Amino acid sequence: MAATKTIRAIGHRIVDAVWRIGSATRFFILALLYSGMGFKRFRLIIKEIFSSGVMSLIIILVAGLFVGMVLGLQGYETLKRYGSESALGSLVALSLVRELGPVLAALLFASRAGSAMTAEIGLMKATEQISAMEMMAVNPIARIVAPRFWAGVISMPLLAAMFSAVGVFGGYLVGVVQIGVDEGSFWAQMQAAVDFREDILNGVLKSFVFGTVVTVIALFEGYDAQPTAEGVSGATTRTVVNSSLAILMLDFVLTAIMFRGN
Amino acid sequence: MSPSALVEIRDLNFTYDKRPVLQGINMTFPKGRMVAIMGLSGCGKTTLLRHIGGALKPSRGSVKIDGQMMQDLDSAGLYAMRRKMGMLFQFGALFTDMTVYDNVAFQMREHTDLPEELIHDLVMMKLHAVGLRGAHKMMPSELSGGMARRVALARTVALDPTLIMYDEPFAGLDAISLSVIGDLIRRLNDALGATSIIVTHDIQESLKIVDYVYFMANGVIVAEGTPDELRACDTDFVRQFVHGEMDGPVPFHYPSGDYRQELNSQG
Repeated sequence: MAATKTIRAIGHRIVDAVWRIGSATRFFILALLYSGMGFKRFRLIIKEIFSSGVMSLIIILVAGLFVGMVLGLQGYETLKRYGSESALGSLVALSLVRELGPVLAALLFASRAGSAMTAEIGLMKATEQISAMEMMAVNPIARIVAPRFWAGVISMPLLAAMFSAVGVFGGYLVGVVQIGVDEGSFWAQMQAAVDFREDILNGVLKSFVFGTVVTVIALFEGYDAQPTAEGVSGATTRTVVNSSLAILMLDFVLTAIMFRGN
Repeated sequence: MSPSALVEIRDLNFTYDKRPVLQGINMTFPKGRMVAIMGLSGCGKTTLLRHIGGALKPSRGSVKIDGQMMQDLDSAGLYAMRRKMGMLFQFGALFTDMTVYDNVAFQMREHTDLPEELIHDLVMMKLHAVGLRGAHKMMPSELSGGMARRVALARTVALDPTLIMYDEPFAGLDAISLSVIGDLIRRLNDALGATSIIVTHDIQESLKIVDYVYFMANGVIVAEGTPDELRACDTDFVRQFVHGEMDGPVPFHYPSGDYRQELNSQG
C-alpha cells in the first residue's frame, strides 16, 4: 500500500514537471511571438537592460576579478611543477572564455537579475498590476515579459565577456605583477592558444544559451507564481535553483558538442 | 436588449471546480447610471465583474455589452471592447515602477499616437479632477492609500471609458478618503456620461451615490432595487446587511458541533 502511494506520488511529480516544462515552452514561444512591440519601442528593452544587465555589473566584475586571481595562483602552482609557468596566460584565458566566464556569470546573473525579475513580476501579479494591464487592453506578455526577455538575452553574453576580461586581468595581476611570470610570454602564450572561433565564439554561444534559459525560467516563474507572499518567495527560490541546475547541465551538453575530441 | 441598457446579463451561470459560483444571474445596467453589486465576501461579486470584463467565460448564459456578446469575442475583439472600459482595482493596482504621471499617461501612450505635449495636458486635467495635480512626480510607494486610489481613478478614466467598473473602491480607506472617493466616482460618472458598476460591501457609502442596487448571496441575486427601496426593505437578509446586524440569515458562527459537548470533551 505504501509502495503504491510512493509510486503514485513520484508519478504525480513527474507529470507536474512535464506539465510545467510544457507551460514554460508555450510561454517562451508567446514571448517570442509578442516581441515585435519591444523592438518597435526599443527604449523598453534598454530600460530592462539597465535594470538586469547594468545593475549586475558590479557583482560580475568583482567576482570575475577574484576568480581570475585565484586561477592565476592555482594555475601557477600547478604549472610550476612541470616548469611551464609561461603557459599561465593561456590557462587563465582558456579557462575563463570557454567555461568559467559563461557559467559563473550566468549563475551570478540568475541569482542577481533572475531572482529580481521573478520577484518583480510575481509582485505585479499579486498586486493585480498584470490584471490591470489586461483590462487596459495591453498584452502583458508583449509589454512586460518580452522586453525583459530580450534584455536578458542581450545582457548575458556582454556580462560573460566582461567577466572573462576582468578575470584575465586578475590572472595578470597575480601571475605577472605579484609572482613575476614573464609578461611577454604571459600575453604571447595567451594570444597563441586562444582561437577566436573555437574558444571565444563558442563561449559567447554558451552565454547566449544560458541567458535565454535563465531569463525564460525567471520570467515564467514570476508569471506563474501564486499571487501571495509565500507564492512569490517560493517562485524566487525556484528561479535560482532551476536556473543554476539548467546552466550546469546545459554546460555539460554544450561542452560535449563544442569541444569533443579537441 | 432595451435601447437604454449598456450591459445586459442573462441567466449567467459559472461553475468553478464543480462548485457553482454564479447561478441564474439576470442584471441590466442602463446607460449613464451607477449600479452597485453588493454582498458578503465570497458571494461571487468579483467573479461577476470578471465576466463583464471578459476575463472569464460563463458556463451558461450570456453577458452582452453594447450589443456584443462577450463570450463570442476573439482576443482582438476583446481588447477592442476593453478600450471602451475602465476598471478600478481593489487597491488601485498602480504600476509601481512608474510615477503617478506615467501611470495616468500609460493608456494614452499605448493606445494613441497623441503628441507628448497633448498627453501632458490630458494627464494634468485627469489629475486635477482627482485633486492630485501636484503629486504627478511621486512614485506609488510615496502615496497614502486614499491618494493611490485617486490616482488609480484618474488612470481608470484616462481614455474616457463608456463603462467603468469598480472592484471594492472603498476597501481600507479612512472616513475622509472614503467620502472623497465616493463623491469623485459619482461626479466623474456624470461628467463623462459613463455607466458605472460598483462591486462593494460598503453599504452606507454606496447607497449615498448609486442609482440601483443588486444584492447577492451565495451566487444568486437575493434582492434588488433603488437605495430608498432597499432602506425600506424588510426581508431578513437585506435588513441584516443594511443595518450591519451581527446575526441573522448570515450566521455569526461558522457551522460547528454542540458547544457544551465540545467544552466538556476538553475536560
